[in-house]
Amino acid sequence: MATATRLPEPTHGPWVTNLDPLQFQWSFSVNYNVSYAQDSPFFHALAKRKLLGSECQACNYRYATPRTVCMSCGGATAWFELPTTGRVHSWTVCHFSGEPYLDQCPFTLALIEFDGVDTLFMTRVIGSGEDEMRIGMPVSAKFRRKKTWSVTDVYFVKA
Amino acid sequence: MRPVYMISGGITKFAKARPDQDFRCMVKAALDYALADLGGRLTVREIDGSVISYFSDHFTRQLKAGAMVQDFVGMCPKPHVRIEGGGATGGLCFQSAYEAVASGRFNVCAAMGFETMSSVETWKGNDFIALASDTKFDYPLGGFYTGYYAMMAVRHMHEFGTTEEQMAKVAVKNYGNAVHNPFAQHRRAVTVEEVIASQMIAYPLRRLTTCVMSDGAAVCLLASEEQARKFCDQPIRIAGIGSGSDTMRMSDRPHGKVPLLPHESPDDYPHLKYPGVHSFRAGRNAASEAYAMAGITDPRAEIQAWELHDAYASAELQQYEDVGLCKYGASGRFADEGRGLLGGPHPVNPSGGLLACGHPVGATGLMQLVFNFWQCQSSIARHFGDAHCQVPNVQRAAAYSHAGTGTYVTISILEKP
Repeated sequence: MATATRLPEPTHGPWVTNLDPLQFQWSFSVNYNVSYAQDSPFFHALAKRKLLGSECQACNYRYATPRTVCMSCGGATAWFELPTTGRVHSWTVCHFSGEPYLDQCPFTLALIEFDGVDTLFMTRVIGSGEDEMRIGMPVSAKFRRKKTWSVTDVYFVKA
Repeated sequence: MRPVYMISGGITKFAKARPDQDFRCMVKAALDYALADLGGRLTVREIDGSVISYFSDHFTRQLKAGAMVQDFVGMCPKPHVRIEGGGATGGLCFQSAYEAVASGRFNVCAAMGFETMSSVETWKGNDFIALASDTKFDYPLGGFYTGYYAMMAVRHMHEFGTTEEQMAKVAVKNYGNAVHNPFAQHRRAVTVEEVIASQMIAYPLRRLTTCVMSDGAAVCLLASEEQARKFCDQPIRIAGIGSGSDTMRMSDRPHGKVPLLPHESPDDYPHLKYPGVHSFRAGRNAASEAYAMAGITDPRAEIQAWELHDAYASAELQQYEDVGLCKYGASGRFADEGRGLLGGPHPVNPSGGLLACGHPVGATGLMQLVFNFWQCQSSIARHFGDAHCQVPNVQRAAAYSHAGTGTYVTISILEKP
């Protein structure tokens, strides 16, 4: 059997962007097997057009973003249904972003406060930009019809 | 714990990109600068070990890059560890090196940090940085840290009446100082009008009130008292270190009572809900711990120079309040009155800060401490070739290193012995 004594020549190579110093492009992508684990019920609820928060069973501190364990007393929390209306606690309009979201710019980000809930919920506000966004503005939740199984399945609009 | 001294420091000039040198070469250059400043008395042979800081394996495209630095500078087989804590990576590295010497494990320790952010385009860099926010609840909403800080700034404006113009004044001050700092990336003075006319990034943060990505390295050399006296004519004591943390998600920040610094009273804040999303609780915690250790009861009188973490001009305003340079809510007026200017009562970022120097994450906190070391030594003129940035009569200088909307903060106080 003949032994090859020659490496096959590449038919395509790295994209060289500069010769000296020698610079080239390299790409890397990964498929992660991500689990929402103990937070899964929150994402299930979004599919049912509901927002779930966590309430501490020991001190009754109420979280608008899920937490399995209370940060103030260490007690276990239970799920409760959040109201679907709240107010803007703070906001911004992003005119630039990270690569996956560049084509969505400008977009409005906000932290939402709910009556009787101790912490906030971060979300997109759709349909309101710098001209309209104000702290204290009443907003209501809307849910995507086709689920992406991410936190973006809920968003808020001016109420 | 025994006393620990900083005996030398070195920095590379921070730049948009350094394709001519990889991270190992940059760290070596900063280390050589620090060793040369001791006149060759200290060599790598006398260094017992190192702490190496860099933020992101994604930027480096190399796991265990710390081991490669240790190898490259000729410190194998001595011990080293890598420290990572987002934007506060450099400050955490310094404090870890302090602990190594204070505990008696090392007599001389090198704290060495770097970041090579030019390995990707800015928008990809934003994406890497955003992976340092909660990837299930925050990142999918837009993956952009400037947006998170912008929401903090908007709430600060709402609570306290802070204005865009006051943020612009911070930027004008810092860019102005950096004109005289040869290590800085951005060395052009700007006007308030120019800042307010610059491109909006995330309201109210604009191109000129947001720091840029950089390549760079910085090194701090720390030693026990005996070794400090042996190798250095002008060692500077590390008088206090403090750190703090906060929830990863801004949504989870509580609305409670303000923890008071020694010079404050409960009457100062009868109604303020704290920290909310307007203040950095970790910064306040770090200040309390560092002041207690350094025996400081009024930082306004006892600290003469500050390096704060102005990744955004709004964050510098927030930090004036956390560290007690003014009361919560008074930082806008502090800026209006020019209190943080060189020549003002509380010079902040005489180097130009992150806005002007750049923010190669793992190097940044160490860079601040190198500048403060030189401030305490009164050696800015020698290193900058220009005495403009030297604060007169510095007895103590403090550095505030800060990560992800305040999830980690360190404060390290240097003191002229």
